[in-house]
Amino acid sequence: MNNIFVYCEVEEGVVADVSLELLTKGRSLADELKCQLEAIIIGAGLKDIENQVIPYGADVVHIIDDPRLAPYTTSPHAAVLIKLFQEEKPQIALMGATPIGRDLGPRVSSALHSGLTADCTSLEIGDHEDKKAGKVYKNLLYQIRPAFGGNIIAWIINPDCRPQMATVREGVMKKGILNAKYPGKVNRLEVSKYVSDVDFAVQVIERHLEKRKINIKGASIVVSGGYGVGSKENFKLLYDLAAVLGAEVGASRAAVDAGYAEHERQIGQTGITVRPKLYIACGISGQVQHRAGMEESAQIISINTDPEAPINSLADYVITGDLSEIIPKMIKYYKQNTK
Amino acid sequence: MKGLRIIVLAKQVPDTRNVGKDAMKADGTVNRAVLPAIFNPEDLNALELALCVKDEIPGSTVTILTMGPGRAAEIIREGLYRGADGGVLLTDRAFAGSDTLATSYALSQAIKEMGEFDLIVAGRQAIDGDTAQVGPQVAEKLGLFQVTYVEAVLKVDKSKITVRRRLDNGVETVKAPLPLLLTVNSSAPDCRSRNAKLLMKYKHARTVTERQEATEDYLYLYDSRPFLNIHEMTVNEIKSEPDQLGLAGSPTKVKRIENVILQAKDAKRLTAADEGINDLMKELIDSHVIG
Repeated sequence: MNNIFVYCEVEEGVVADVSLELLTKGRSLADELKCQLEAIIIGAGLKDIENQVIPYGADVVHIIDDPRLAPYTTSPHAAVLIKLFQEEKPQIALMGATPIGRDLGPRVSSALHSGLTADCTSLEIGDHEDKKAGKVYKNLLYQIRPAFGGNIIAWIINPDCRPQMATVREGVMKKGILNAKYPGKVNRLEVSKYVSDVDFAVQVIERHLEKRKINIKGASIVVSGGYGVGSKENFKLLYDLAAVLGAEVGASRAAVDAGYAEHERQIGQTGITVRPKLYIACGISGQVQHRAGMEESAQIISINTDPEAPINSLADYVITGDLSEIIPKMIKYYKQNTK
Repeated sequence: MKGLRIIVLAKQVPDTRNVGKDAMKADGTVNRAVLPAIFNPEDLNALELALCVKDEIPGSTVTILTMGPGRAAEIIREGLYRGADGGVLLTDRAFAGSDTLATSYALSQAIKEMGEFDLIVAGRQAIDGDTAQVGPQVAEKLGLFQVTYVEAVLKVDKSKITVRRRLDNGVETVKAPLPLLLTVNSSAPDCRSRNAKLLMKYKHARTVTERQEATEDYLYLYDSRPFLNIHEMTVNEIKSEPDQLGLAGSPTKVKRIENVILQAKDAKRLTAADEGINDLMKELIDSHVIG
């Protein structure tokens, strides 16, 4: 009762990174709240799956294994979570802000009338005083996220409803093994107690999974472009620089919306979070949503015509000028100095 | 053959994609007055998908449902110009301050008043919140199956539909029985443009409040042309528990809002001059950041 639950996604027998990141965060929240961390894994062919999550500090792993539970469809997974949450009454439930988490989370929150905050960039524990009602709430989950055009950061709370639910994008939290021999327990659930046959009415009849072609998250250098790059053609300069430096190309949401780069390259709150050793921001103004996805980069270079661009405040190097002039020079002097 | 009855959920949103420097007031609140209000982009994809189903199954109808202030009737007219058959504006001060859950509750109660339906289609998410929650929450409240992230309808008849979903890591073909709720991605086809004939037909379509405020000479039209009436639904026309509406019905509360204040680092400043860029590249190579 009153524990922290993390819904873990599994694809082809492997627990998703985002779920392991949330278990890591969940472990530290559980320590702070002095409660247990519990994982839920729903799928098919889940033999020994607990070994992938217990080392992250899961005290209990609930497993429900049935051939019909993979690939994911909404109703059976939602039915399990809704009933399990009614039984176990978690205080906090976390899931990835992935196509699955974003499909499942709202469904469960609607059934339980519990609040759900999407795409949190930080989760903290804290108190809240409702002065009007004269009530003090202890140890709430602060669900922190940029809001409205990135000009503000909002602290969202669910004072009265449980579980307090939040989704978080992959890469936002750091994953870390707590103890390879952590003593976690397994609780196998009987599928028929949670899911009825009617729940399987929606059928996945075909799937084509593509390996991610673009690996921005793992790149040690990211060359990233914003709306200020000006055109898809100008974006080629970024690819040229990236090719020379062995970097990946990223983009701000504005650049993606403008059609300069593919959606897979979007960095920021609703895209990918990166922590490279060098981030080169080209023509990016630097709204909060974008900064949320790159501000932990070890070094940042900002190339912008606007000397007052907000991103410059994060940068270690600010180059003021036209990127079509600057990037070719960077390539030239990189080549000269590495000969 | 009788067609499908389709409801499209749509939202009028501030155009956050083009937020200028004056978008925020000095006190940190949003200056909505300076932001253009638009038809949420993925809701236009949803409308197109609904219109395609209507093309496929003759006799189908498409009704737009939106919740918002009186001004949101604009997007219903926009939908009528593009091929929708009617619209409902759910508007009341009682809905103010709704989070996604209270919004879903109000919408689902309104849908219950709209008669039978076969398909509900919504955009995956609205650009002013990006939560993608309202579609699934409405589906749950109505006890419907849902399929999210849809980009195309592959096959549809009176009792079932086959769609293609676009996910981060690939595509899925999914078959589901009707009635059903779909949410539609921006990877779906763009919405067809306004149709000149429909524009002429519907340009005087108004809600009852708009008609009361109007000074124009067309008021005589509304009795003879019922299609010009945009149905305005208030809290009195839906069955609702007051504690499920608006701020009171919203489990999530905003505890605190902070303006973003940037503390500038002590950055090295350069221009496009050759010498500075040469030095920078040397420095990065020497410190093994690159190379």
